[in-house]
Amino acid sequence: MTNTSTKFQRTVKGVLGEKLGMTQVWDADNRLVPVTVVQAGPCVVTQVRADDTDRYQAVQIAYGAIDPRKVNKPMKGHFDAAGVTPRRHLVELRTSDAASYELGQEITVETFEVGQEIDVTGTTKGKGFAGVMKRHGFHGVSSSHGAHKNHRKPGSIGGCATPGRVFKGMRMAGRMGGVRQTTQNLTIHAVDADKGLLLIKGAVPGPRGGIVLVRSAVKGA
Amino acid sequence: MHKLDAIDQASLRTDVPDFRAGDTLKVHVKVIEGTRSRVQVFQGVVIRRHGGGVGETFTVRKVSFGIGVERTFPLHTPIIDKIEVVTRGDVRRAKLYYLRDLRGKAAKIKEKRETPQKSR
Repeated sequence: MTNTSTKFQRTVKGVLGEKLGMTQVWDADNRLVPVTVVQAGPCVVTQVRADDTDRYQAVQIAYGAIDPRKVNKPMKGHFDAAGVTPRRHLVELRTSDAASYELGQEITVETFEVGQEIDVTGTTKGKGFAGVMKRHGFHGVSSSHGAHKNHRKPGSIGGCATPGRVFKGMRMAGRMGGVRQTTQNLTIHAVDADKGLLLIKGAVPGPRGGIVLVRSAVKGA
Repeated sequence: MHKLDAIDQASLRTDVPDFRAGDTLKVHVKVIEGTRSRVQVFQGVVIRRHGGGVGETFTVRKVSFGIGVERTFPLHTPIIDKIEVVTRGDVRRAKLYYLRDLRGKAAKIKEKRETPQKSR
């Protein structure tokens, strides 16, 4: 109700895409730049959230082809309301200039320009059940000096009778990866508008073929 | 990674001569000093070619004032003005790391004798 005082002020631009893989290119100063190639867009606007109807401003974008038979009735109705064909992935971007978007509008890689700072969100590669050294970067136990069969173990996980239990959140072995992760402050190295490709300097989360969300950086200038 | 071939294509050089480990090369390297650029020649024996595609590199070794100097170039780097093959070497392996332990005449590589019936 009282969310008008903390109004969302940033304008965020974003596009969904598929990570194609990494390669390297030379920049203008003949330096080698590692780049991730993302096939981004074209996305369409499927919904615009406004202050008076939803009490916040956001724009919902959709990306990816889907077999129309696999779209259920509620989703079909949602896409019909926007006047677009059904897409596979939907994402909502909170932005203060949501009113400038209109339903069915296409969003392409030209949203971004070369040199712009961006954040990229994706689902990391699953690593399976991983030990503490790989999962949390523990140093493990000495490889010699009398260490016996405990080279990759975590060591102590707490006290004895006090507190008499293991604290919640103690970092231990377990499932690693396969979680949503955002890599911040990457730079757009090049934009190929014809093919809809973004060349992003550095690595982005996820495997080749994974869906990533590219949007303007939260931090920085 | 066939999906990225189209992007790599733009970075690939087409003027790279055919050479392998054991060959002696003259690599003309563009050097930028302040505002002007000039070309420096690095001549030596190729001791390895490593990798493939846009990331392929090669290493050239020479002995300069009694000190071995090795320089690794990305094959497709734009700082290379041109590559000249001086001689073809007759060697039996792809990586000539053994040259590092050899001095003087022992480190010399035999020149390859072209087979006459091979019609180019």
